[in-house]
Amino acid sequence: MTKAALQALLSHWWRNPVQLFTLLAGLALATALWSGVQAVNAEARASYDAAAATLGEGQYDRLVRRDGQPMAQETYITLRRAGWLVSPVLQGRLDGVRIVGVEPLTAPAGIGPITPAQGADIGSFLTGQGQLFANAETAAQLPDLDVIIAAETALGAAITDIGVAQRLLGKVGQIDSLIVLPSQPLGRPDLAQIAPDLLVQPAQGGSDIARLTDSFHLNLTAFGLLSFAVGIFIVNGAIGLAFEQRRPVVRTMRALGLPLRRLIVLMAAELMIFALIAGIIGVALGYVIAALLLPDVAATLRGLYGADVSGTLQLRPSWWLSGLAIALGGTAIAASGALYQMTKMPLLAAAQPRALAMAAGQRAKTQGAIAAALLVVSAILMFTADGLIGGFALLATLLIGAALALPIILSGILAAMNRSARSVTAQWFWADTRQQLPGLSLALMALLLAMAANVGVSTMVSSFRVTFTDFLDQRLASEVYVRTSDAAQSAALLDYAASRADAILPIQSADTQVAGQPTEVFGARDHATYRDFWVFLQNAEGAWDTTFAGETVLINEQLSRRAGLVVGDTVTLQDSSFAVAGVYGDYGNPIGQVVMSEAIFTTLYPDISPQNFGVRMPPADVADFVADLEAQTGIPATQTVDQASIKAISLAIFERTFTVTTALNVLTLAVAGFAILMSLLTLASMRVPQLAPAWAMGMTRNQLGRLELLRAVMLALLTALVALPLGLALAWALLAVVNVAAFGWRLPMYLFPADYARLAVFALLAAGLAALWPARRLARTPPADLLKVFSNER
Amino acid sequence: MLLSVQDIHKTYQTADGPFEVLRGVDLTLAAGETLALTGESGSGKSTLLHLIGGLDASDRGQIWLQGQDIAALDDNGRAALRRGTVGVVFQQFNLIPSLKVADNIAFQARLSEQYDPKWAAELADRMGLGPHLNKYPEQLSGGQQQRVAIARTLAPKPRLVLADEPTGNLDETTAATVMDLMLELVSEAGAGLLMVTHSAALAGRMSRRLHLRAGQVA
Ligand SMILES: Nc1ncnc2c1ncn2[C@@H]1O[C@H](COP(=O)(O)OP(=O)(O)OP(=O)(O)O)[C@@H](O)[C@H]1O
Ligand SMILES: [Mg+2]
Repeated sequence: MTKAALQALLSHWWRNPVQLFTLLAGLALATALWSGVQAVNAEARASYDAAAATLGEGQYDRLVRRDGQPMAQETYITLRRAGWLVSPVLQGRLDGVRIVGVEPLTAPAGIGPITPAQGADIGSFLTGQGQLFANAETAAQLPDLDVIIAAETALGAAITDIGVAQRLLGKVGQIDSLIVLPSQPLGRPDLAQIAPDLLVQPAQGGSDIARLTDSFHLNLTAFGLLSFAVGIFIVNGAIGLAFEQRRPVVRTMRALGLPLRRLIVLMAAELMIFALIAGIIGVALGYVIAALLLPDVAATLRGLYGADVSGTLQLRPSWWLSGLAIALGGTAIAASGALYQMTKMPLLAAAQPRALAMAAGQRAKTQGAIAAALLVVSAILMFTADGLIGGFALLATLLIGAALALPIILSGILAAMNRSARSVTAQWFWADTRQQLPGLSLALMALLLAMAANVGVSTMVSSFRVTFTDFLDQRLASEVYVRTSDAAQSAALLDYAASRADAILPIQSADTQVAGQPTEVFGARDHATYRDFWVFLQNAEGAWDTTFAGETVLINEQLSRRAGLVVGDTVTLQDSSFAVAGVYGDYGNPIGQVVMSEAIFTTLYPDISPQNFGVRMPPADVADFVADLEAQTGIPATQTVDQASIKAISLAIFERTFTVTTALNVLTLAVAGFAILMSLLTLASMRVPQLAPAWAMGMTRNQLGRLELLRAVMLALLTALVALPLGLALAWALLAVVNVAAFGWRLPMYLFPADYARLAVFALLAAGLAALWPARRLARTPPADLLKVFSNER
Repeated sequence: MLLSVQDIHKTYQTADGPFEVLRGVDLTLAAGETLALTGESGSGKSTLLHLIGGLDASDRGQIWLQGQDIAALDDNGRAALRRGTVGVVFQQFNLIPSLKVADNIAFQARLSEQYDPKWAAELADRMGLGPHLNKYPEQLSGGQQQRVAIARTLAPKPRLVLADEPTGNLDETTAATVMDLMLELVSEAGAGLLMVTHSAALAGRMSRRLHLRAGQVA
C-alpha cells in the first residue's frame, strides 16, 4: 500500500517538473540567502572571538600607568608581594605580527592557547627558551622563530612567554599592563599606597574590537533577519502551493481507501526529504555567496576597525546546521499548517470555487484584523520603544503587519481602478487581476519585504556613509598627523614645524571614568581647526570660547546618552568640576569622550605629554614637509599620516561595505523575483480556464500574454509604492531606536531618492523578468486547451 | 445479504440552518444483484451512495455490509472498507493525472494489496484500453477515462460496486458501450452493483429499481 501511494505521490513531481523545480529552488534560495548572510556574520564574529579570547581583552580589569607608558618589572613584583593577584602582559609588533607576552603561571585560564593537555612543551615555554604559539597563517610570517601551530590563536597574533616577548621586542624589563584576576585576597593594601602611578582600567562587556564592529554587524544581522523573513514567506508559499496543487489527488487517493494517517506521514516524509535536499543545495549556494562576499567583508572590517578577519571561509557546523535547520524548520512549520488543513479537509467537498472563495474571504478578514493590530502596536512602539528588545519588536510588528496588510491594500486599489475603468477590457483586466491576488500575494509579500529591506538598509548604510564622511572631515581636519616616540622627537617636531607649518596641534589623551563610564579625556589647543570643522548636536552659546578658556568641557554623544549628561550639567575630572558646553557626534566610538582645553589638561594630567600632533599647512606643502621631516628631526615618514590618504582609505572601506550591501540587495530582489516566477508558473494551469472566456470573446492570445506581463509589472509597482514608506520606517527604526540601544549614538537619517528609484526599477525588472516566461507560455496555449475549458470533459 | 441499509438519516449543516437530506432510508442488495437508484436532482442519491461507500458518516441508522456495521467503523476502518470491499465509480472519473493508465488501473488493487496483474491486464483488454496503457489520463477521451476508472474499481475485485452516474459525462453511444462492459464484468464477478442514474433506459437494464423522493424511498 505504501509503495503504491508513494509512487502516486512522487509521480506528481515527475509529471510536473516545473513545480518540483520551483519548490526545491524556492527552498534552496531561501536557505542560501539566510546561510550566506549568516556565514559572513559568523565568520567575522568567530574571528573577533578568537582575537578577544587570545588577548583576554576586556574580560578582566587591568592596571596601567596613568601616563600610558610601560611600567617597570619592579612594580609587578611589588604588587605580587603585597598580595595582589595580577599577571603581566606585554604587547608589540614584530614583522607585522602582534606579539603578546604573558606569564603562563599567573595568567588567568583562557588567556592564550597554552594548556598542557595540548602537548605543548610547557617547560620550554616557562624557561623562556622561546616558543611562540600562532595559527598557521601567522606563523608563516615569522619564519625565523620557533612557532607552534595553535589554530585557535587570533589571526595576526602570536602568544609567548613575557620574557621571550621582552627580548624579541627589545623591551627588556618592561610591562604594558597587569591583568587583575577576578578573585583577590581580602585585606590587600590599596593601589594608591603601593603603586600610586597605576590606574585600574575596568573590564568591558566585550572586547573593544567586537564592540566597534557590532555596528557593522547590526547592518548584516538586520539583513539576515529580513532575508529570513523573505525566505520563510517563500518556503511557506512553495509548500502551500505544493499542497494546493495536489488537493484533488489527495482526495481521490483517500476516496480509494488510503488511510489519512498514512497519507500525512508519507507527505511529511516526502517534504522533509525535499527540504533536506534543497537545504543542502541552499547551504552550498550560501557558501558560494559568502565566499564571494567575504573577501570584501573581511577587508571592510579590517580596514574600518582594525579587526583581523581572515579572508577565507571555514565551513562552520553552526552555520550550515542553522541553514539546514531553517530549511527543515521552515518547511516543517509551513507544512504542518498545510497538513493540519488536510486532516480537516472533508473527503467529499468537491473543490467548489464558491466555498474556496468564501473560506478565502474569511481568511482575508482574519488576516486584516491581525495586520491592523500589528500596525497599531508598531505605531505605539515608534513613540515608546527604547532598548534593543523594543527596537526589534518594532521592526517585527512593522514588517509582519505591513506584509499581511499588503493584499488588502492592493485589493482596495484594484477595486478602485475597476470602478473607474471605462473600457470593457480595462474592467476585465482589473477584475481579473484582483482575482489573481490571493495566488500571488505571498510572492508580493516577499517582494515587499525584500524591497523594504533594501530601502531600509541602503538608507542606513548611506546615512552612515554621509555622516562618517562629514565626521572624517571634522576629525581629520589637519593636513598631516605625526606620531613621535619620545620627548626628544616631540621637541624636534615642534621646532621643525614652527617654521614650516601654519599651526601644530598636540593631541593628548588620558583614560579615565566619568559617571562610571569609561571615558577618554582629550586636551585640545585653541585653533580655528576645531571651531570650523566640529559639528555639535547640542551646544551652549560660545561653547568653544568657554572651553578654550578652561571654563567648560565638551562631551561626545555616547557619554551624553549613557551618563544622562546634557549641556549645562557638570562633569568631575580629577576632583575638578566643569560645565558641559556642548555635545558632539562621535560615530563609531564605543566609549565616552571629553574635550577640554590644553592648559586644563596639562594641569589635571601633568604626567602625560603629547605624542600625536596634527599639523596644519596648505595641502600643497604636505609632500615637502614630510620629505624633509626625517632629515630635520629623525622622525621617519612611517610615523606620519597625511589626511588625504586616511580619508581615501576610509572612503574606500565604505565603498567595500557598499559592494557587500549592494550584492545582498540584488540577491534579495532576485529571490523575491523568483518567488513571483514560481507563483505565476503555479497559477498558469489555473489561468487557462480564466483566460478562455476572454479569448472566446475576441482577445488574441498575444494580447492576453501582454496583459499578463503588464499585470505582474503593475503589481510590482504598487508593491514598490507600499515598500517605500515601509523601508523608510524600517530605516528610522534601525537608526533611531536599534542603533541608539545598541551603541549609544543615533545616526542622522538622510534620504536618497535616486537610490530608491533605482531599487524600484530593479524590482519592476525582477517582476517583469519573472512574468516573461509564464506570459509567453500563456500566449502560446494551444487553442485546443482553451477550447477544452468549454467542453464537458474537464 | 450483501448490503442492508436501515433507517438512515443524514442532515447537512448549511448557512440557513440544518438541512435533512435523508429521512430514514431502507434498502437491501444481494450479491450478484444490480440496483438502479433514481430520483430528481437534489433528492439525496449521491449522499446515500457516499454513506454506503464509507466516504461519509450518517447521523442515525445502520449500514450492514457483509454482516459488518460500517457506521461503527473509525476512519481507518472505513479506509480499509473503501480499499477492498467497496469500489466507487465517480461521475468525474477522479483518475490520478500523474499516473499512466496502467498504474491508474493497478492503483486501488495495490492499495488493498490484492493486485493481480493478470486480472488487471484482462480488465484493460476487455475495456479496450490495451493501446493506451502507457498514456496519461489527459491524453484519453472522456469515455476512455471512465473505462479506466471502472477498470480501477474492479481490479481489487470488490464485493460491492457503487456508481454515481458513471456515464453522465458521456455521449449516448459511448455510455451504452461503457455500461455494457460494466454490467458484464460485475455480473461475472458476482458482485453487487448500486448505480445512480437519470436514464430510464439504463435503469431498465438493472435487476431492480429504487426511487428516492424527499429523502425517503418512494
Ligand atoms: N456538503 C454539503 N453541505 C450542505 N448541503 C449539501 C452537501 N452535500 C449535498 N448537499 C445538499 O444535499 C442535497 C442532496 O444532495 P445530493 O448530492 O445527494 O443530491 P443528488 O440526488 O445526488 O443530486 P444530483 O442528481 O443533482 O446529483 C442537495 O440539496 C445538496 O444541496
Ligand atoms: Mg448526485
